[in-house]
Amino acid sequence: MIENTKYKRSYNFAFIDESTKKEVRRKLLKAVAIPGYQVPYSSPEMPISRGWGTGGLHVTLAIIGREDVFKIIDQGSDASVNACNLREFVQAMTGCKTTYDTTEATLIQTRHRITEEELREDQILVFQVPQPEPLRSVERYEYRTRQMHGEADYAKMWVSLYESYVRHGGIMRGADYPVKVNGRYIMAPSPIPRWDVPNLNQAKTLYLFGAGREKRLYAVPPHTKVEPLEFEDVKFEIEKFDSLCYKTGYRRAFLDELYLDDGSRQYVINDSNFLDKIEQGGEITPFINPYIQQIEL
Amino acid sequence: MGYIAVKGGSDAIHQAKELVEFYRVKEQTPPVSVEQIRTQMRLACDKVISEGGLYAPEYAAIALKQSEGDVFEAAFILRAFITTLQRRYYSETINTREMFIRRKISASFREIPGGQVLGPTRDYTQRILDTTKIEETLKDIRQFLDRFESTIDKEQIKEITTYGKVIDLLKREGLLKGVGNVEDTTLKDITREAIKFPAPRSARLQMMARAETGGLMALGYSSMRGFGNTHPTVGELRYGTVPVRVRDRAGRVRYIGKIELTEAEMITTMKTDKKNSVPLYSIGYGLCFGQNDTKAICMGILDRAMRSPEGGAPANDAEFVLYHTEGVEAMGFTNHLKLPHYVTFQAGLSNVRQAVERANAAPAKVKAEPVAG
Repeated sequence: MIENTKYKRSYNFAFIDESTKKEVRRKLLKAVAIPGYQVPYSSPEMPISRGWGTGGLHVTLAIIGREDVFKIIDQGSDASVNACNLREFVQAMTGCKTTYDTTEATLIQTRHRITEEELREDQILVFQVPQPEPLRSVERYEYRTRQMHGEADYAKMWVSLYESYVRHGGIMRGADYPVKVNGRYIMAPSPIPRWDVPNLNQAKTLYLFGAGREKRLYAVPPHTKVEPLEFEDVKFEIEKFDSLCYKTGYRRAFLDELYLDDGSRQYVINDSNFLDKIEQGGEITPFINPYIQQIEL
Repeated sequence: MGYIAVKGGSDAIHQAKELVEFYRVKEQTPPVSVEQIRTQMRLACDKVISEGGLYAPEYAAIALKQSEGDVFEAAFILRAFITTLQRRYYSETINTREMFIRRKISASFREIPGGQVLGPTRDYTQRILDTTKIEETLKDIRQFLDRFESTIDKEQIKEITTYGKVIDLLKREGLLKGVGNVEDTTLKDITREAIKFPAPRSARLQMMARAETGGLMALGYSSMRGFGNTHPTVGELRYGTVPVRVRDRAGRVRYIGKIELTEAEMITTMKTDKKNSVPLYSIGYGLCFGQNDTKAICMGILDRAMRSPEGGAPANDAEFVLYHTEGVEAMGFTNHLKLPHYVTFQAGLSNVRQAVERANAAPAKVKAEPVAG
């Protein structure tokens, strides 16, 4: 008897069909081989909205294996509603173990943050990228920005930074601060705060970037030079917080600004797992970089 | 705290999902069957298969039911469904000259081969709210069908065949300018490869075939109304069924079924750069799944407009048109603004505070101006 299976579909491991996963992996290899270069890819639709982490999902689902331990954060938090939804999706499609513990995870997907804890060689961090083109703010056409990258013609970008300084007395770029990777390509590090940018430099971890809607993949391989754009006399700076975490008294972390019910302003550690560990007196292994070291403990 | 917070996030999304399902069924009306949606919400299903890029009217109906009739959402569900399928074959090029015509009109000529066939259209009806629809019963439907069928001459149906195209008339006379070798004719599959610019026409047409009707209409309309120089005439608008064939491993071409398509060939005059050159006509081409005149016509207008990039209007700009009429992407990104952005915002905030401080310290030199974060 022929059974009608039309309405009884089961999904492939990690949702995406194998040939597309293979394509994504091949494009990722290319991205790793040319650090900071944006590789176009097919970017199939996901059951998650465009702009909600589809690029990160493509990368995660293409490289995840059954043994992986998966963690996902959004704005530094494991609790963010969209992170919860994506975590459930990845878990349902792979059966992989999930975790909130940064050190336990083998594969971490993130939106707009790098964890405060330093990542190791055996971990991969996957960024969700809304706009992969760092030059988009100075050149709206894709065919021109590709040409500019090809010729390493970054004059417009430098001029825009200079103009910003002339007009406002500082480089007014907040999140998504442009960086130069391996001395060649200018790259959008995704809208991570400047706090996280130095942690891209000479890292132990493989950083993969997926921009689903814009259909681009790129990468920063381990131990690669990543420099924020700066002038000899006007330097890149990370965010400064006048305060410390009101829960832990900790200073060397990216802080969220909170307005409490009584109208008072407080700061709290943004990375939810890092905060948990400090509060519970667990062991922490934070990133160390020259910018963070300047902050008193 | 972290664990509790995570549980909070998960709980919230589960409750929201339950609640939206509650809103779908709370009035306890009889469930709409997928079959009813497929047949009685035919044009909505046509939009979903066209914008979803998957010819599956039944799945489109399921998606519409699931999304409470939101066409954007339903098209998105079909797109996500495609990702789970392997592309095993490419069809042979369909030939719309083989179309079994249901509707075929031309605005360019009073009479065309086979005549003007209005077919199923609401174009010439008065858009008066028909309150009798509230009382419609299955009996009424059957009565209508009996009356309708009794008026049909079955002998005439047998004579229906395929018809030559209006553009053939112009071609034969040498009035139509071919696309020519200026155009990049590389064949791309935009579902397997990200579009790059300048994009070949195949990629542009594929993007538009899946684009959102409203987006195409807005830009197509802009091009006619004054932001562009397209003054098109409907050369021919066809709606009907076309056979689809694939080539099997042995190289034999196999018929696998029929699909419904709307095709528009929009005639425009071609601006030529050479002095004293002959003004010829050229065609803007539109094609989409299902019956959707608006989409096919606007696609035709934009196909033509994009081939004159020197026009300078939004509709002449391929990057502008193609990126921004892609409904699933546009909807997703627009709605992503609802996601938390407090880290990103903090990064900008710190800059603005410093700039304000600097301005206050030296009021004569720099003034604090609002800056986008």
